[in-house]
Amino acid sequence: MDPMTPHVARVRRKRRDAADVWTLELEIEDGNLRQRFAFTPGQFNMLTVFGVGEVPISLSGDAAEPGSLIHTVRAVGAVSGALTRLASGAAVGLRGPFGAGWPMDEATGRDVVILAGGLGLAPLRPALYQLIATRGRYGKIVVLYGARSPNDILFHSELAAWRRRLDVDIQVTVDHAASSWNGHVGVVTTLIPRADFDPLHAIALVCGPEVMMRFAIATLRDVGLSEESIYLSMERNMKCAIGFCGHCQFGTVFVCRDGPVFRHDRVRSLLAIKEI
Amino acid sequence: MEGLERIVREHPFFAGLEEGFLNLVCGCAKNVRFEAGQYLFHEGEPADNFYLIRHGRIALELTAPGRGAIVFQTLAEGEIVGVSWVIPPYRWTYDARALDLVRAVAIDAACLRQKCEADHDLGYEMMKRFLPVLVQRLQATRLQILDVYGVPS
Repeated sequence: MDPMTPHVARVRRKRRDAADVWTLELEIEDGNLRQRFAFTPGQFNMLTVFGVGEVPISLSGDAAEPGSLIHTVRAVGAVSGALTRLASGAAVGLRGPFGAGWPMDEATGRDVVILAGGLGLAPLRPALYQLIATRGRYGKIVVLYGARSPNDILFHSELAAWRRRLDVDIQVTVDHAASSWNGHVGVVTTLIPRADFDPLHAIALVCGPEVMMRFAIATLRDVGLSEESIYLSMERNMKCAIGFCGHCQFGTVFVCRDGPVFRHDRVRSLLAIKEI
Repeated sequence: MEGLERIVREHPFFAGLEEGFLNLVCGCAKNVRFEAGQYLFHEGEPADNFYLIRHGRIALELTAPGRGAIVFQTLAEGEIVGVSWVIPPYRWTYDARALDLVRAVAIDAACLRQKCEADHDLGYEMMKRFLPVLVQRLQATRLQILDVYGVPS
């Protein structure tokens, strides 16, 4: 099957998660192809709005339900904006899934720190679904999530449901808030020293704006996590998604093919180069 | 007094503080309590104390015309409230409000400043403890200013 040829999917449902963020549930028209779009947490698809263009969007749904392809999209450009304006039933081009996902096997038997900022919670949500579905395989599960303001917090109801569980620690912070907000205020890195996990036996999965990830990784290192225990999801301008075109080349790697999830020690030197 | 010394000694901000310095600090300390919604201090008031939080959460706020009070940081157990007492003119530059019942130790700033002037070793010890807090808060402020979750221009 040609990975460059999109298949037609339809918008089954859409839900607004924030002022400019929508979650789209897509369904493949050809039922025989559904298994073909099975994915692992952390992977992404290329979505086409016909006549507008194509963009890479992380899968944000449950990988255990491959028939339901869920993507959370922020309207920032022409294509992503058009995606968020699609009505139920509208056609979307779909290629994927692509890339290397989160190292779920590596997490087995260890404490797991999910550290997300802004829309970065979306690519981590499939990992959380899997962690919770197989809860007994892991030590402590700690979710540290930072958003711009209370109105920008994604997946409110799910966060609340997970918070009610006694075996998952959910900590949410916002950068600023009105005085009516009773939750935590401060950058997401401030949650790290307060969180209860064993840094010597923990693995951290980090996703968010790159500058946030740099500071978050520095703080994770400060509290004792090794570089080999920190994974991050990189965002670059991906076009072909199969390592041919070079748009997402990041030093010696292609983010679309070798990532988007990387172990920190493998990209640390590249993160320090401003020009790439 | 012994109870207060134990509380100060066990607070993360003063972890490992040598006994002589601990006695000097405790000479300026007292237990305080704030009900939910009560203000510890307001912007512009003299920074007479700083606080070691033992229990509860505190919101630091700035009020902007037309926007009301904006919370820019919350602090909780194990953290400190207030660095304005270190730097002249020793006035608070924001409001601090208890989000729930807060138990804290208030350190009399003028008392401690006087002791730091008299004993520079104590002053240096205090600076070594306050500077990381200041730097962490400066870095956090930089991230907030960058508005990293905002739409890239």
